Amino acid sequence: MPRTLTINGQEISARSDQTILEAARDAHIHIPVLCHLDGLTDVGACRMCLVEVAGSNKLLPACTTRVQEGMEVRTDTERLRAYRRQIIELLFAERNHVCAVCVANGHCELQNLGIEVGMDHVRYDYIFPTLGVDLSHERFGMDHNRCILCTRCVRACDQLEGAHTIDVMGRGAKSLIIRDMNVPWGESITCTSCGKCVMACPTGALFKQGSTVAEMVHDAEKLAFLRAAREKRVWNV
Amino acid sequence: MNLEELNATATSERLARMKKRHHMYVCVGTACQALNSEQIAKALQAELKQRGQAADVEVKCVGCPGLCSLGPLVEIESRVNGQAAAAEAEDDRRRSVLYQFVKPEDAGEIVAHLDGEPVKRLETPLDQPFFTRQTKIVLEHCGKIDPERIEDYIAVGGYQALLKVLTEMTPQQVIDEITRSGLRGRGGAGFPTGLKWGTVAKSDPSAYPTHVPEGIQSRKFVICNGDEGDPGAFMDRSVMEGDPHRILEGMAIAAYAVGANQGFIYVRAEYPLAVKRLRTAIRQAQRAGLLGNGIGGTAFSFNVDIRLGAGAFVCGEETALMASIEGGRGVPRPRPPFPAESGLWGCPTLINNVETLANVPPIIMKGAAWFAGIGTEKSKGTKVFALTGQVANTGLIEVPMGISLREIVFDIGGGIPGGRQFKAVQTGGPSGGCIPAQFLDMPVDYESLAKVGSIMGSGGMIVMDDSTDMVEVARFFMEFCMDESCGKCIPCRAGTVQMHRILTKIQEGRATRRDIQILEELCDMVKHTSLCGLGQSAPNPVISTLRYFREEYERKVNGEQKPEARSQRAEARGQKPEGRSQKPAIRS
Ligand code: SF4
Ligand code: SF4
Ligand code: SF4
Ligand code: FES
Repeated sequence: MPRTLTINGQEISARSDQTILEAARDAHIHIPVLCHLDGLTDVGACRMCLVEVAGSNKLLPACTTRVQEGMEVRTDTERLRAYRRQIIELLFAERNHVCAVCVANGHCELQNLGIEVGMDHVRYDYIFPTLGVDLSHERFGMDHNRCILCTRCVRACDQLEGAHTIDVMGRGAKSLIIRDMNVPWGESITCTSCGKCVMACPTGALFKQGSTVAEMVHDAEKLAFLRAAREKRVWNV
Repeated sequence: MNLEELNATATSERLARMKKRHHMYVCVGTACQALNSEQIAKALQAELKQRGQAADVEVKCVGCPGLCSLGPLVEIESRVNGQAAAAEAEDDRRRSVLYQFVKPEDAGEIVAHLDGEPVKRLETPLDQPFFTRQTKIVLEHCGKIDPERIEDYIAVGGYQALLKVLTEMTPQQVIDEITRSGLRGRGGAGFPTGLKWGTVAKSDPSAYPTHVPEGIQSRKFVICNGDEGDPGAFMDRSVMEGDPHRILEGMAIAAYAVGANQGFIYVRAEYPLAVKRLRTAIRQAQRAGLLGNGIGGTAFSFNVDIRLGAGAFVCGEETALMASIEGGRGVPRPRPPFPAESGLWGCPTLINNVETLANVPPIIMKGAAWFAGIGTEKSKGTKVFALTGQVANTGLIEVPMGISLREIVFDIGGGIPGGRQFKAVQTGGPSGGCIPAQFLDMPVDYESLAKVGSIMGSGGMIVMDDSTDMVEVARFFMEFCMDESCGKCIPCRAGTVQMHRILTKIQEGRATRRDIQILEELCDMVKHTSLCGLGQSAPNPVISTLRYFREEYERKVNGEQKPEARSQRAEARGQKPEGRSQKPAIRS
């Protein structure tokens, strides 16, 4: 059953099982995302994609909210823009994002979003917690200082590789990405070294060893391809 | 047990009770137990035996009667007419005496005075407003029955409501009755209970993918949320400790109404006594055929299991609680879908809090109209509060909805001690707000509290006197939320940290007016963008203190304008960059 709705005043149609985000993308309407990655399930965690829906006083995440007949969605109000900027600023203040010396400089979704939301400075105190860098794996590395806890790596490893090597430890600001029962990556007995987590990562937190500043490109689109190929059993495009 | 057997047990229990001349109720709730109240019960028993009065007097260990600040408490009920027990005697008038601060050494004196005048030195009047102004529905048996004996519960009419719905009512009739009563969820948000039950009853388990583990027969679930984590709150704990069968009965009735065959009670592991008594209660109810397969000889089956929470505040949030029961990390997920449609393992799930479920059996027995006659237009029945802080009587109270804050604080609570002035009352815990003196005559109900920027919450009530620093209050609650944030979504995880830093800065005289502005912006953003109730309500204590006590914030900020403070700040900044020196960074 198709559904008709409006996004930013523009009439669009969507399938009833589509999310607002999917429907918007089909209509070439851009909604910023960070924890969403094509090919992985959505968790609605980063709150970048929040939209206003007429008749609801709650902001709804476009990535997990299904379309409904007659829905009136706004994705770009003044208020939403302000919130998105605050969220990005909070992320920059939370750990250590000095882009100039980051392997992902120029290929980073966080950096791109910072530019997109017009963040020219950060109003909050930088917290700079002392976190480690794990280089124990022979090919990959993890820098917790660049991690934004989007759990894309967790979901990629679990849902696409089926290894579930990665998870989150602790809570609140003390949350930390771990492998197995918090062992160094190189000692993980479940990791297959497939590199899917590295592909999924939006920042410089996960990288291929040997990459120098501004070299680390994440090929996250491959993950969506993988999922689609497996489900539809079509391997050449 | 079927209805006949239930009635027989109730009658024989009552007869046995009537044979005793005196009944002694010793509180063994957590607070009194911590003060050695079990020893008091033993000492009383030993004393009675020694004097040869053991047959005449019953000593009962009971749940919390409410006035914890005077504990350990012992209540003694005696027959007035002094005649030997005539079981059928209509004239069963009794006299009650309440003893406060009892010690095991007092046993001799108490027993010696059983038939004469009460021991003046220990007595506390029972006609004080603390007792007379309360209306007890949820707590009616707490402090009167032994929570570890199912017979005690049956004697006061327990499980009658369950057998009544199973034999005389259809599930729809049960839901209608609850709807008509106007009962609303006591966990905080006040959602109409009947409506929730109706939604679960109508939900189709096959509408969402389900993946129920092997061995679980049910495709719908009832959860009792006993994960009480608010600072200063112990309402649910007292009910679980004092009247556990009441909760089981409420759950079974709910399960019948919505079509569930499996229930879970989620209790925080910090409540070992509640867990122990619930376990005992489940075992007893199963043995009596009041839980399990074919309850009361009917075709209805319902089992209850206990799940322990490891003490994460966020697990009180229903979707996080369900994730935890499923064995996963206790983190919330976006709603919709709501648990009523897709909850535990993807099945329709009814989740009610302890107090809500405890209201169910009396509504069934006494009828919706009786319940709806108590309280206000939109908030029916009573509410249990944990009254704490700068107030003479601290403890557990149950009052009709619509009672004024003034009555609670000054009549029941006995006012502010130490000759100080009332300043504010904080309701709703970390999700709530501070209500200043100008609203003392406001009725306490869901709508009125919301109007002044607070909430009913689960029922914590902290009274503050004029010596209270409201910025510190806000900082305390923000620290709590920051530590308890699950970390899943950014506004709550990182926003609470920044808000806490600003509040700390204000307290230390390092903040500027600009910081208050940033704080307000953060409050607005975190409230509106967080994923679950924890983050959405975390700013409330700040917002309400800023609203009513703004001058306190401004005074601290203005203090900063003093030149020496400014130079100190610069100095501190020059020597060690802020934050870097503080480890772990979020605790400053
Ligand atoms: S390399 Fe593959 S298996 Fe190893 S942690 Fe990353 S996604 Fe999981
Ligand atoms: S390591 Fe990368 S993908 Fe994983 S949670 Fe951190 S930022 Fe996200
Ligand atoms: S609001 Fe806080 S507790 Fe709730 S999901 Fe977000 S981080 Fe977790
Ligand atoms: S993309 Fe929707 S919440 Fe992150």
